[in-house]
Amino acid sequence: MTRKSYEVQQSEQIANDIEGYLYEQEHKSFLRFITCGSVDDGKSTLIGRLLYDSKLIFEDQLASLENDSKKVGTQGGDMDFALLVDGLAAEREQGITIDVAYRFFATDKRKFIVADTPGHEQYTRNMATGASSADVAVILIDARRGVLTQTRRHSYIVNLLGIRHAVVAINKMDLVDYAQETFQGIEQEYREFASNLNFESITFVPMSALKGDNIMDASTNMDWYDGPTLMAVLENIDVSKETSDDVFRMPVQWVNRPNLDFRGFSGTIASGTIKPGDKVIALPSAKTSVVKSIVTYDGEMTVAVADQAVTITLEDEIDISRGDVLAEFDHRPEATDQFHASIIWMHDQPLLPGRPYLIKTTNKTVAGEVTELKHKVNINSLEHEAGKTLELNEVGVCNLSLDETIVFEPYADNPALGSFIMIDKITNVTVAAGMIDFGLRRATNVHWQAVDVHKEARATQKKQKPVVLWFTGLSASGKSTIANLVEKKLHSLGKHTYLLDGDNVRHGLNKDLGFIDADRVENIRRVGEVAKLMVDAGLIVLTAFISPFCAERRMVRDMMEDHEFLEVFVDTPIEICEQRDPKGLYKKARSGEIKNFTGFDSPYERPERADIHLHTGNMTAEAAAEAVIAKIEETYLTS
Amino acid sequence: MTTLTHLQRLEAESIHIMREVAATCDNPVMLYSIGKDSSVMLHLAMKAFHPSKLPFPLMHVDTTWKFREMIEFREKFVAENGLDLHVHINQDGVDQGIGPFSHGSAIHTDVMKTQGLKQALDKYGFDAAFGGARRDEEKSRAKERIFSFRSAQHRWDPKNQRPELWNIYNNRIQKGESMRVFPLSNWTELDIWQYIHLENIPIVPLYLAKERPVVELDGMLVMVDDDRMPLLDGEKPEMKMVRFRTLGCYPLTGAVESTATTLPEIIQEMLLTKTSERQGRAIDKDAHASMEQKKQEGYF
Repeated sequence: MTRKSYEVQQSEQIANDIEGYLYEQEHKSFLRFITCGSVDDGKSTLIGRLLYDSKLIFEDQLASLENDSKKVGTQGGDMDFALLVDGLAAEREQGITIDVAYRFFATDKRKFIVADTPGHEQYTRNMATGASSADVAVILIDARRGVLTQTRRHSYIVNLLGIRHAVVAINKMDLVDYAQETFQGIEQEYREFASNLNFESITFVPMSALKGDNIMDASTNMDWYDGPTLMAVLENIDVSKETSDDVFRMPVQWVNRPNLDFRGFSGTIASGTIKPGDKVIALPSAKTSVVKSIVTYDGEMTVAVADQAVTITLEDEIDISRGDVLAEFDHRPEATDQFHASIIWMHDQPLLPGRPYLIKTTNKTVAGEVTELKHKVNINSLEHEAGKTLELNEVGVCNLSLDETIVFEPYADNPALGSFIMIDKITNVTVAAGMIDFGLRRATNVHWQAVDVHKEARATQKKQKPVVLWFTGLSASGKSTIANLVEKKLHSLGKHTYLLDGDNVRHGLNKDLGFIDADRVENIRRVGEVAKLMVDAGLIVLTAFISPFCAERRMVRDMMEDHEFLEVFVDTPIEICEQRDPKGLYKKARSGEIKNFTGFDSPYERPERADIHLHTGNMTAEAAAEAVIAKIEETYLTS
Repeated sequence: MTTLTHLQRLEAESIHIMREVAATCDNPVMLYSIGKDSSVMLHLAMKAFHPSKLPFPLMHVDTTWKFREMIEFREKFVAENGLDLHVHINQDGVDQGIGPFSHGSAIHTDVMKTQGLKQALDKYGFDAAFGGARRDEEKSRAKERIFSFRSAQHRWDPKNQRPELWNIYNNRIQKGESMRVFPLSNWTELDIWQYIHLENIPIVPLYLAKERPVVELDGMLVMVDDDRMPLLDGEKPEMKMVRFRTLGCYPLTGAVESTATTLPEIIQEMLLTKTSERQGRAIDKDAHASMEQKKQEGYF
């Protein structure tokens, strides 16, 4: 049946048998796909064409499209379908797609949600966003330009995110005279590249989105091609991945407690099926029970399946909360606080190993850090490269360590339990997407050595309370000078102290570290750990480090117990520091002789709520030291 | 193996989103506009938390120009279901006598709706507000996240949206900032109607055709809902069989002539019609990027 006669028939059915039509609509299959490819490969045009051909464009939209095509169109007055989907004003002005847009259309076979994603390199993160919820990737290639860097990058990323079916749409065939050799050449090149990826199926379609060749109807311009049209591929591709041996997992999202008599666990089933009477285990606590009922607004269910959002009650009162996972008793997922994962970095500020971030899994948010960046992946060659940080749009393989245990499964086995995002603790933006490969068992083998003489005993003997006085400020602000004076005063009061100085530490403990951001973070992390041991020894520790980033100062604060960390902000204006310049560093920075100098080409993030704020512009070092003593005297210097 | 239908998947996704907010936000609210999308959203919320009551209140920003039948429906529905509803009216706007006839649709909407909404959010300190917007409604909405971050000034920055992967939503904010959350993002107009039909969800009768008094105003059929409607000399409302495809302030909402008096007939009419849903709303007729701009300023 041709498409036209289908439309007529459909309209008749709507007019004569709306109930029947609705029933068919309700039971149509459903596909989410993503379109990606390089800039100007014609993604938006393709989607505009799909919407237009499936009659999803209304008359008023069509009128405004005709209007816009004349005004800002790039097709010389012809319909510019891209204008239908480029929704943000900036996109319409620049003629490019900035953000991922979700579009909806249906044919007689299927309903579709398509994620239209940007081609420009700086928007690769948006592409990963679109890919995370798609089952099929339509990868567009401009027939004139063949396989490009972006084609490889996008193919790699959709594959990394677990999409198993690729449709390579070789577009703009009209501009290469519909030549079969061109098509075959690109197919071969792509197949070679994709042999390093693991797509389950790859289909190649020669087409022209602009002219409509092989989109809905078979092209009359390419008799040499006897494969399906793009739409036929999308309508028929089988993406079902559920198998009968999928095991039950449900991350607990919310505990449902309307009254004392009802305690249900609400969540979306990640995999498998569940029915009353099934034996389940709650992780990480490993408490077990039996499903009593599956409660919904529409009544109790006899069975619930993957992707359904349900509320489960259990026979026994066991303690379960958000962040836990309910699983089939005989097949339980792992729990760990350290794992190996691939991450896609999505922010302008690079990843800094050692810096604490928030890690959010499907139902839990915990603090954690990248402990080791094993390698970066060169997305063009798929080769491994060494690196200390990840920049925007880079992919890396790394080890992560969390403050708490999470329940997980490898992403390849169960995306819902193997995916996470990373969030910056200060700005709250999403900085990365991660996919867990496997858990690391090391974590369980290193135990903290319990000792009989503890921190409190050591401190009591010294008649003081241990604390870290963390001096932060620009180079030459007077941190070391003031810290030195404070230590002298404490010493004369009979207190037990130790001063960790930035320069001195860099001669020994940290002599392997430089001044790039990643090294600065590691420098502070090590100093923090040393200070922590000294606090455990009962000492009053003074540290003098520029420590320019809020996140690291907070990291050290988080290592200590409450009231064991006081941030002392030596607030000296940069002009005064530069005047002083005892080591001649500012002079060198000005002349460009040294790079990454704080206050010049490397930022200093001012503490917003320092425990002690020294305005050193108008006080002597002696007075500043006195101010510090006065501030700590009552709490820390008496036993 | 059971396969979920398209609507069952959409339902589960919306429920997941709502539970996520309830579990992680301190002070959420559901914006309730009394329209069909709001009715679906509210129905899904009752499903999401059953047998518990909704763990958040509803809020209606009342511009004082809503259809009378909408307010009647609201009062009845809220009472019958034991819901906790805040109604907010921008008193400054009322004091200044702002209205669509005297000040035009743009000023009226900005003061009574956008400013009213911001006032209400600030007044109660809500950190997350559910809205019933769908991505198929309008171009800039197609690009908005499900969890959409708003600055302390309630602004949306379309070029700086957080990446949103899988169903892991980043709703972390600083004090004063907030999230707008759209659980119906992936529903289409057809999905909404079909779900209302399948689930028997009560809707305001204005969606169904009936003889109603209307006059023509700027090419739009406007229902004379009360005596604030200024009529020209000798102009008389005409009784016409009409219904509404969207509901809002009565002077700004165009009626369509129709004979559809049942849900299947509405759906039938919608499928055979050739104009998009938002055309009935005066507010979108301005410049292209008008919705994007309004959203940046804090409109839903």
